[in-house]
Amino acid sequence: MTLIEQNSQSNPSNSGSSVELVPSGASKFTSLVFRAREFGIFGILFIFVLLTTAIKPRFLAGQNIKFILIDTTIFALLALGETMVVVSKNVDLSIGSILGLSAFVSSNLYQQFHHVSIVFVFAVGIGIGLVLGVVNGVLIAFGRVPSLVVTLASLYIFRGLDVLIVGGRQVVASSLPSNFLSVTSASFGAIPIISIVVAIVVFGGAYYLKNYRSGRDLYAIGSSEQAAGLVGIPIAKRVFTAFAISGAIAGLAGVIWASYYGTIDSTAGTGYEFTVVTAVVVGGVAIFGGSGSAIGAAIGALLLNTINSSLYVLGVSAFWDQAISGLLLILAIALDRGIGLYLAKSLRKRSSRVAS
Amino acid sequence: MLQAETIELKDDIDSNRGAKGSFDVRSLVRWESGLGIVLIASLIIGTVASPQFLTSANFFNIGLSVGDIAIMALPLTLIVISGEIDLSVASILGLSSSLLGFLWIHGWPIQLIIPVVLIDGAILGFINGFLVTKLGLPSLAVTIGTLTLYRGIALILLGSNIVSNFPASYTTIGVNPIPGTPLPWSVGIFLILALIFGVVAHFTPLGRSIFAIGSNSEAAAYSGIKVKQIKMRLYILSGVVCSLAGILFTFRLATAEYDNATGLELNAVSIVLLAGVSIFGGRGTIIGVVLAAATVGAIGNALLLANFPQQAMGLINGGLLLISVFVPNARELFGRLRGHYARRRLVGLRRG
Repeated sequence: MTLIEQNSQSNPSNSGSSVELVPSGASKFTSLVFRAREFGIFGILFIFVLLTTAIKPRFLAGQNIKFILIDTTIFALLALGETMVVVSKNVDLSIGSILGLSAFVSSNLYQQFHHVSIVFVFAVGIGIGLVLGVVNGVLIAFGRVPSLVVTLASLYIFRGLDVLIVGGRQVVASSLPSNFLSVTSASFGAIPIISIVVAIVVFGGAYYLKNYRSGRDLYAIGSSEQAAGLVGIPIAKRVFTAFAISGAIAGLAGVIWASYYGTIDSTAGTGYEFTVVTAVVVGGVAIFGGSGSAIGAAIGALLLNTINSSLYVLGVSAFWDQAISGLLLILAIALDRGIGLYLAKSLRKRSSRVAS
Repeated sequence: MLQAETIELKDDIDSNRGAKGSFDVRSLVRWESGLGIVLIASLIIGTVASPQFLTSANFFNIGLSVGDIAIMALPLTLIVISGEIDLSVASILGLSSSLLGFLWIHGWPIQLIIPVVLIDGAILGFINGFLVTKLGLPSLAVTIGTLTLYRGIALILLGSNIVSNFPASYTTIGVNPIPGTPLPWSVGIFLILALIFGVVAHFTPLGRSIFAIGSNSEAAAYSGIKVKQIKMRLYILSGVVCSLAGILFTFRLATAEYDNATGLELNAVSIVLLAGVSIFGGRGTIIGVVLAAATVGAIGNALLLANFPQQAMGLINGGLLLISVFVPNARELFGRLRGHYARRRLVGLRRG
């Protein structure tokens, strides 16, 4: 029995699969509905901001916006990599551990060598992420082991390596040069420059996924691996690349994390994997592949961070934050399921009308 | 050419049998004996590494370190065999622990708290089951959601409070073994539960149904198995058992706080997978879970005695997990390669 068969067997609930059967005009219709989904999240975000600001105007103070945006920047970046992986019906749980390892090793360079170039620090961080992502990719794409298991294992292993390397040490902000810290502190008005850069990267990534052949291939693999294989898509190669890129992105996020927080020990990024998956799914990426966009995922990250911050500003106990984001994830997938069923039904109606 | 196809077909049958699992006694025996060898090896290494290893006090420590996780792994095993997953187990444990602490500081008697906590566990499991079976949502996403949600409710309930003034007659389970044995209470309960789960999974129609659902849930449904109902009951069962683990966890640490057992869902999943349970469902044994839990406990303890940094223990857990998925896969990969080469040789022979 091949992996493909096992995969399709393990999740019979993929509601999107009936969509491809319908010709022409329908695809415009589906994309419209899914775009409405993205606008929907944006609408919720907007209402949240509006309500919070109406009660506490200081919510929109420059400093607060800056905090929200930088937090979002890190999660939106991670969500870009996770989106690439999730649309291909895989999952990457190791990103938090990759972020931690990259954050420590890259920022620790400043303590070991003086006058090290900032470009080199970034290159090391991204390089570490890339190597770890390649390890994941090889095991998953060529070893044919499910990504949930491999990245669960590498979540442990990378964190274990991190602990062995870091030991009880710690990088402190005072040991980091000002040009490294200014990567996240420099801003254009209330908007941090790094957020603008990352926004461009996310838009670029989303454009690539939607419009380039290798990007589209990931969606095809996620919709139906068997069909993708039959039309000649190099599945192993594409999935491998997605994991390698996801790793590299987590490495980059690690360097940004180090620059923002300044204090780095072996626990950096612990538990981020679930937050990122939540952001991605809330942002409209189907957990079983085939649909969703990196922009939606970034908006999902922004929504989670905004809620977090508005609870704080409103004086609601921060204790509510976790419960709300969990609830949001469940609502999001329930909504997706509803949309999927609605789509399938209305498409069936349309195609029967065309036939008659 | 005909021969080549026969070889391929035979390969297919072989690997099919591996996947359908519960009937293929041969491969199961192999997997469990492999685990047994690893367990014995880790016991030997532990004994060599430290003279303290083979003492009854240390057996107590080993048991204490894996007891609660192993208990959570039992219903999780059945859920994974049925083709689903439950990542919220440690959050159910944490919420149960918080509820226990919350009710205790509000003056409830323990005898009343325990059934309430267990019922609460059933409700949490029911919510998971409802979302998965009634709404048809993917269990991976649902239980990542409830993982966060339940932990969040625990946080709302207890906040940053730590409750630790439980009566000594209960907290003794963290210090004293079951009288007459070196085993802590959690291990005793685990073994009894394992026996029940093992009998149900391998010797009853219900157990057969769970395997059938995991192998092919559509076929199972067509043959009259109540797929949704069984899955729902498994989730409720998981909720109850995890809240039981939460009660034990709280008493053994004599502490209830909201982040009790955070992250232990991953340890539970890795025990289940190490036990040889297929992540795609349809294959696995309870005896494997017992062996896997013992192995994880023994290795962790041996490394602890050898002064290996405890936070880096994930390295071993993750490594074991990778090996456990690669060994069976390697056989399949090897089989495929063999078929490939046999075919090539035949083609070569015909040409020559």
